[in-house]
Amino acid sequence: MDKGELDDRFSELYRSHLRDVYSYAYYRVGNHHDAEDLTEQTFLQAYRHFERALRESDGRPLRPWLIRIAHNLAANHFRDRSRRPQTSIDDDESTTVLRATHTTEDLVEERDELARILAAVQDLPEDRREALIMRFALGMDNREIARAMGRSDGATKVLIHRAIKQLEGLVATTPTPGT
Amino acid sequence: MAQSTFDIEALLREALSPIEPPERLGTRVETTLLNLSEAAADELESWELSAMRDPRNWVRPAVAVAVGGAAGTGLAVLRWRQAGKARARGRGSVLDRAVDDVAGAVRRGVERLQDR
Repeated sequence: MDKGELDDRFSELYRSHLRDVYSYAYYRVGNHHDAEDLTEQTFLQAYRHFERALRESDGRPLRPWLIRIAHNLAANHFRDRSRRPQTSIDDDESTTVLRATHTTEDLVEERDELARILAAVQDLPEDRREALIMRFALGMDNREIARAMGRSDGATKVLIHRAIKQLEGLVATTPTPGT
Repeated sequence: MAQSTFDIEALLREALSPIEPPERLGTRVETTLLNLSEAAADELESWELSAMRDPRNWVRPAVAVAVGGAAGTGLAVLRWRQAGKARARGRGSVLDRAVDDVAGAVRRGVERLQDR
């Protein structure tokens, strides 16, 4: 593959998945500042290894590879700085997300419900939380998630199923805001 | 998926809506890629070939070559944004010329290293 074609392919990857990487990063680290850092580092890593990834992908989509880079960088981020993922997205951040994505003013009740879901997601074990972010924020299927997380398709299916079950339990025991 | 999980899944889709990256992030990533490529080109241009006799110095140019090569790829991001305007003008953009300059510098650096 010549340089021009490689350039075009990287541009396509960037255009197609900037939002995916940013969404993943945001829900992973819980704030916009670190999410921007993580997204930038992900794309820098990606283009350093892009040619090899293309060669080894054998025509398969590169989104799982990209998300895997973000996943590893996020793990380094928490380990190197001795920080843990925020147990909940900041109130301001959460409000911003919900405002940005659910603009109808009269849906206060629905926003409360969604905030409760977000808080419960943050309480899940890391691998379950990640799987749900990939499934619901990025719309990845089981196979993509399996590749991104380095697991088998079957193990991933079980992981997501258990994550949803646990989340249902957490939401059921979380008091509704204002009660 | 079981019926009992339907509602929670619908709520999850809403709660975990994709987040649009801020405009400044795209600019930031592109600028970083461009700076990397320029730094790599400078590194190669200023490299003293005599230092190559010492194996301890081989890492720097090797990194510069690697970064320079990859940086060209990163610049495609910028080229993508510039391509429309450049096509409209019917000639290469300033950025395209800069990419060519960087590529030339990297190429010359590699050739010099190989000549040694």
